[in-house]
Amino acid sequence: MSSNTILEVNNLKVTFDVRSEGDMPWTKAKKLQAVNDISFSLNAGQTLGVVGESGCGKSTLARAIVKMVPVESGEVVWLGNDLLGLNDSETRPFRKQIQMIFQDPLASLNPRMNIGEIIAEPLRTHYPKTPESDVQARVSDVMNKVGLLDNLKNRYPHEFSGGQCQRIGIARALILKPKLIICDEPVSALDVSIQAQVVNLLMDLQEEMDLALIFIAHDLSVVKHISSKIMVLYLGNMVEIAESDDIYKNPSHPYTQALISAVPIPDPSIEKNKNLILIEGDLPSPIDPPSGCVFRTRCPKAQEICAQKKPEFKEFTKGHSVACHFSD
Amino acid sequence: MSLLEVKNLKVEFETADGVVNAVNNVNFSIEEGKILAIVGESGSGKSQTVFAMTGLLDHNGSATGSVKFEGEEILNISNQKLNQIRAEKIAMIFQDPMTSLNPYVRVSDQMTEVLVHHHGASKSDALKQSINMLDAVRIPDASNRIRMYPHEFSGGMRQRVMIAMSLLCKPKLLIADEPTTALDVTVQAQIMKLLADLQKDFGMSIILITHDLGVVAGNSDDMLVMYGGEIMEIGKTENIYSAPTHPYTQGLMSAVPRLDDSEERLITIPGNPPNMMKSPEGCPFSPRCKFAVDKCNSDSPALLKIGNSDHFRSCHVDKEKIL
Repeated sequence: MSSNTILEVNNLKVTFDVRSEGDMPWTKAKKLQAVNDISFSLNAGQTLGVVGESGCGKSTLARAIVKMVPVESGEVVWLGNDLLGLNDSETRPFRKQIQMIFQDPLASLNPRMNIGEIIAEPLRTHYPKTPESDVQARVSDVMNKVGLLDNLKNRYPHEFSGGQCQRIGIARALILKPKLIICDEPVSALDVSIQAQVVNLLMDLQEEMDLALIFIAHDLSVVKHISSKIMVLYLGNMVEIAESDDIYKNPSHPYTQALISAVPIPDPSIEKNKNLILIEGDLPSPIDPPSGCVFRTRCPKAQEICAQKKPEFKEFTKGHSVACHFSD
Repeated sequence: MSLLEVKNLKVEFETADGVVNAVNNVNFSIEEGKILAIVGESGSGKSQTVFAMTGLLDHNGSATGSVKFEGEEILNISNQKLNQIRAEKIAMIFQDPMTSLNPYVRVSDQMTEVLVHHHGASKSDALKQSINMLDAVRIPDASNRIRMYPHEFSGGMRQRVMIAMSLLCKPKLLIADEPTTALDVTVQAQIMKLLADLQKDFGMSIILITHDLGVVAGNSDDMLVMYGGEIMEIGKTENIYSAPTHPYTQGLMSAVPRLDDSEERLITIPGNPPNMMKSPEGCPFSPRCKFAVDKCNSDSPALLKIGNSDHFRSCHVDKEKIL
């Protein structure tokens, strides 16, 4: 662990028990591997982008890091402490250092609280003895930081637009001065012109407050814009991780290649002449994943070995790792 | 003659809080065998424009103006006549395929119903045609899968079923309202490729409604940019991308991060989309526009042709000042 590393996730595994309709009460539940053997580390002030299709385990990974879902095995090492080994009261001091923002900005705000109360709530919970005047000053301060006027404190969430609600969510995450913010699809629900405002805001705040971000999204263009490192997930497994420019220029895994090729570029001369790598079929069921390499059922390069042996996740150039038998 | 010609289309909704002007003076036309993209953010009136055309407005909405399909007026005509046109000539697919399919009815019954009802086909004949159509949209093992219920298909497959269903009567015009917004990018690429292939095979026209500028770039001949219920710019897709002449189009293009580019900072459009309750005087974009002059706040700009091209824009500010 280098001195700069704040978060290290080692061999994280999350499984859910699922019962299908018609199962008898004594039937053994099936295991759904939502997150399978994920390891990465994050430095202070760095942004890790996590991309993948729906159902690939992006959100479960985020939730597992903050202990919102039970973890089967693995480690989440936050500043030298394994969070998974701690009980609830021991975890509490670390919770204020990791905050989250969510996809649906309106749904993540309590409609019955005014936004002054919403933003102050984490502060009141973690520091209950803070005098009221200090709380109000801190709330005004973070509201200014995210570009909201502090005279809006007494309004309710429904009076704000989607972009403003997302700013309120960001203000609530910032008030505890966290070291890491986990952003779960923070701009997916916003219009493009508002999306750009929120992305810029996050990048400015990151620089100003030396924040680390885990940025989860399915839009590869946005992820590449904001992240220094990108991790690609497929069916709960890591398929590739690299610096963001590197992964775009030299994608090594067939899935990453297809994913990048599928992202439409807003330029007709490029888009109409591009060589699209189409992958056929649909995501296999995570209850019954393919043997060997999870991507082999849709992979254009798949050979016999892919069904027999799971490819190792190995580094092939510095900082660029991939899980494929045929990476070059 | 154009396949579809829309003139001075206006859509208003009566609500408890007053009248909402969702669409204002929209004019455009689409030629046979072309793909027209309508681009805009939420609330820009892009969906209501096509709902008005096909008589699908909510009960509190009303449309005025003229919509001519193959030379015939179709706006505000009787439901009976409209049903005829909606079946034979104009088909529509929507964003969420699960909500457009009936969850209680097998796909086979939902598809054959269309042919039996509109073409008076026999059940067995309708089933045969439906299976062929599912083959055409590349659903593997179509003859067995047609007996399944919608929930047994994945999101991308459901959208394929919708496309197949809409093509059964061989429409002249397909309206696709955000057809890939709910899908993953790899599936989006499959569906857009499929639509492009089918468009060539069947020779139909498509109106593609989307907010994704990337999808528009790869899949349309012409494009129309809407904001606040009005048309900002309309022209050949290539021309608009290479030289957007309206400040809103420009703002939109620079606000999207591009995968093939590494700009340090996104250029944003300040402010928020307009409140349609208070229909603004003048240009709807003027409060957010960096080029706005006094006139923009009082007079609504007309949609004017640029030189001798097929490129129209509605803006008071000279094109040279913006470029």
